[in-house]
Amino acid sequence: MPVSRRGPDPLNMIPPSVAGMSLSRRGFLRSAAVGGALVGLPGLLSACGDDGGGGGAGTSMSLGMNEAGDIPPAQRLRAMAEAFTQKYDIEVERNEVEHNTFQENINTYLQGNPDDVFTWFAGFRMNQFAEQGLITDISDVWPIEGIPDSFKEASTASDGKQYFVPKDYYPWAVFYRKDVFEKNGFEVPETQADLMSLMKQMQSKDMIPFSFADKDGWPAMGTFDILNMRINGYDFHMSLMAGEEAWDSSEVKQVFETWRELLPFHQPDPLGRTWQEAATSLGKGETGMYMFGTFIVDAIPDVKDLDFFTFPELDSSIGADALDAPIDGFCMVAGAENEDNAKKFLGFAGTAEAQDAANNGADAPFISANESASTDTYTDLQKKSVEVVSAAANIAQFLDRDTRSDFASTVMIPSLQKFLEDPDDVDGVTTSIQEQKVSIFGS
Amino acid sequence: MSQAQPVAAAVEKDHGPRPKRKRGEKQRLSSRDRAVVVTMVAIPTIFVIGLVWIPAIGSVILSFANWGGIGGFDTIQWIGLKNYEDIVNIYPPFWPAIRHNIIWLVFLILGPTMLGILLAVILDRELRGSRFYQTAFFMPVVLSLALIGFIWQLFYSQQQGLLNDVLGTNVDWYGDPDINLWAVLVATGWRHTGYIMLIYLAGLKGVDGTLREAAAIDGAGEVKTFFQVVLPVMRPINLIVVVIVVIESLRAFDIVWVVNQGRNGLEIIAALVTSNVVGEASRIGFGSALAVIMMAISSVFITIYLRVVMKDEQS
Repeated sequence: MPVSRRGPDPLNMIPPSVAGMSLSRRGFLRSAAVGGALVGLPGLLSACGDDGGGGGAGTSMSLGMNEAGDIPPAQRLRAMAEAFTQKYDIEVERNEVEHNTFQENINTYLQGNPDDVFTWFAGFRMNQFAEQGLITDISDVWPIEGIPDSFKEASTASDGKQYFVPKDYYPWAVFYRKDVFEKNGFEVPETQADLMSLMKQMQSKDMIPFSFADKDGWPAMGTFDILNMRINGYDFHMSLMAGEEAWDSSEVKQVFETWRELLPFHQPDPLGRTWQEAATSLGKGETGMYMFGTFIVDAIPDVKDLDFFTFPELDSSIGADALDAPIDGFCMVAGAENEDNAKKFLGFAGTAEAQDAANNGADAPFISANESASTDTYTDLQKKSVEVVSAAANIAQFLDRDTRSDFASTVMIPSLQKFLEDPDDVDGVTTSIQEQKVSIFGS
Repeated sequence: MSQAQPVAAAVEKDHGPRPKRKRGEKQRLSSRDRAVVVTMVAIPTIFVIGLVWIPAIGSVILSFANWGGIGGFDTIQWIGLKNYEDIVNIYPPFWPAIRHNIIWLVFLILGPTMLGILLAVILDRELRGSRFYQTAFFMPVVLSLALIGFIWQLFYSQQQGLLNDVLGTNVDWYGDPDINLWAVLVATGWRHTGYIMLIYLAGLKGVDGTLREAAAIDGAGEVKTFFQVVLPVMRPINLIVVVIVVIESLRAFDIVWVVNQGRNGLEIIAALVTSNVVGEASRIGFGSALAVIMMAISSVFITIYLRVVMKDEQS
C-alpha cells in the first residue's frame, strides 16, 4: 500500500505486487475496523502482536520488527537481538511482522499495546511520532561512539532531543553492469553533457538508457528526489518536503520539465512495470542504467558485475553532492514496559559490535551506521556504498520519509503517476499538487 | 428455568393492564417463547447497531473532521464541509473513481450477467456433459478476486505475459490507464459469469416443468416460452441477480487493489477510501468523507430495491 517497501521481497516466488497486496488487504481490514469506524479499538493489532510475556521485569524486553521470514533484513535483526541477549542476558521477545503489514498498521500498533522498541526510520517520520508523543526521548543513550554527527542529526526531533538509534542505511544511485560498460566503451558520466552523450551512445546500440518502473508508486519518487536535489539543491528539496515551498513554483516546474526531457531515454510505460521487471531488464542488458536503491540486488542476485555511480550533476553551481540514503533504526515507544532494558538495547544497537553481529547474520546490501563497524565482510556493493555516501555532503532520506506520509501516499504517488502518463501537462500536475498540499499542510 | 420465571412473571405483569381482547390474541406465545423471540431479535439488533450503525454514523461525523488518527478525540479538528469540497474540487482521483464505478456496474450488467443467464438457460437443457460445463464455469467463483487478479497477471504482464506472446502485441494491459479498467473488468467478469450462471441455473431448475409443457402445447416457441413464461416466473431470482450485480460493482475493491492499489486508471471509490484511511497516511476525516459518499450512492440502490421488494410483498 501506500507506504513504500524498499526492502528485499519476502516472497520471491510471487510477483511482489501480489505478495504485498494480499497482506495489505488484511491490514486494511484491521485499520478499517479501527480507523474508519472511529471508535477506539486500538488494541486490535497489538492483540496479534504482543504475546504478552510482559511481566518478566528485569530480564526481558520486546522488539517489534518490520521484517519477518527468512529474508536478510529479518535475519540481520535477529542476529542483533541474539547478540544483545548473549551479552546482557536480557531476553528479547521478537514480534516479527511482514513489512507492508507493519507499515500499514503502525498507527494502531503504536496506540495499542506496542513492543518496547520497534524498527523505524530516521528523519521526518521519526519526528512526526516524537511530536505526537508516541515515542520517547532517548537522548540519554547518546552520544553513541562511532555514529557520525549527520546521523545524530537525523535521529534528533524538533525539540532537540534524540528519539532514534540508527542501525543501517543504503544509497540510491545509478546502477549499471560493468561488463556491459566495458564491452561497449561506455564511461561513467559526471556532467549533464556526459550523461546526454552516454544516453545517445546507448541508443545507437539499441539499448534503452534507463530502466524505469513505477507500478508500485514509490520508485519514481527516487527519480524526483535526485532531479530536485541536482537542479534546486538539497536545501530547497528539504524545505519543499517540509511544506515550506510551493509546488507550483518555477523551481519545481523546472524539475518536471527536465524529467520530461529525460523520459524518452527511459523505458516506456513505467506504470505497468514493477521495479523487479525493470531490474531484470538491466540484468539482461536491455537497458544500460537504473536509478534505484542498492536492494536492487534482491531482484537480480545472479548479476555479478553490478556497480553504481551517483547521479551526475545537472547544474554546475549545485553539483552532485546530495543523495537519498534512507537510514533504518530503532525507536522506543512512549511508556515502554521494560524501559531500562529497552534503553540498554538501544545503546547496544548503535554500537559497532551490534552492527557487526547484524552484518554477520546475513548478506544484504546495507551499510552499518556505525563508522567503526567492521567492513571486512562487506561485498563490493557495500564497500562502494560506503564510498559514495561518505563523499556526499548532504543526505536526504527519501520522499516518503522526508515529508508527511499522508501527503506522500495520497498526493505524490497519484500525481507522479499522472505526470508519467501525461508528461506534457507539467502545469496541471504542479497546480494540483499545490492545491492538495495546501489542504493537507494547512498553508 | 428457575431464573427465567421471574423475568417471565415481569413480562406478564407488564401486559397486565392491557385490554383483554388484544391480550387474548397475543396469548398464543408462552412467556418462554416470548423470551426466546426477544433474545432472537435483540442479539441481531445489537450486532446491527454495533457493527453497522455506529460505524456508519461515526464515519459521517468524522467526515467533517481533520484527524490523523493519533491521539484522543480532543485532537480532532472540526472543519465543516471542507473534506467534501476538497474531494469534489481538488482531489484528482475522485471523478474518475465515480466514472469507473458506473462503468463497472454497466459492464457487469450488460456483459457477464447476460452471459451468465444465457449459459444457465443453455445448461438447463441437459446437454451432454452439462455437469462438466457447470463445474468449469463455476470454478472461478471459488477463487477470491485478489487471487483472480494475480492469475490474470500471468496473462496480462507486458513482458512476460501470455496474451502479448500469443497476440504478438506489446500492450501494457494492467498499466495503460486507457485499457487496464477493461482488462480488470474482463477478469472480474470471468468470475461473475459463473456466479450468475449458478444462481440462475438453480432458479431455472425450480421452474415448474408443466408450465413449459403448457406453453409448448399452446404452440409457443423456445424463445417465446422463455421470455413470456419462464422469465416472469423467475422474478424473485431476477431481483436477486440485480441486487448482486449492484453490490458487486459497488464493493469492487480486491482485484483493483491487487493490480495497482486503485491508481492510474483503476481509481474506484472503495480503493480511494482505503488508501486514505489505511496506514500511516491516515487522513481519517478525508477517507470518511469518501466513505460517506459511497454510502450515499449505495443507499440509492438499497432504497430502490426495498421499494420494489415491499411493493411485491404488498401485492
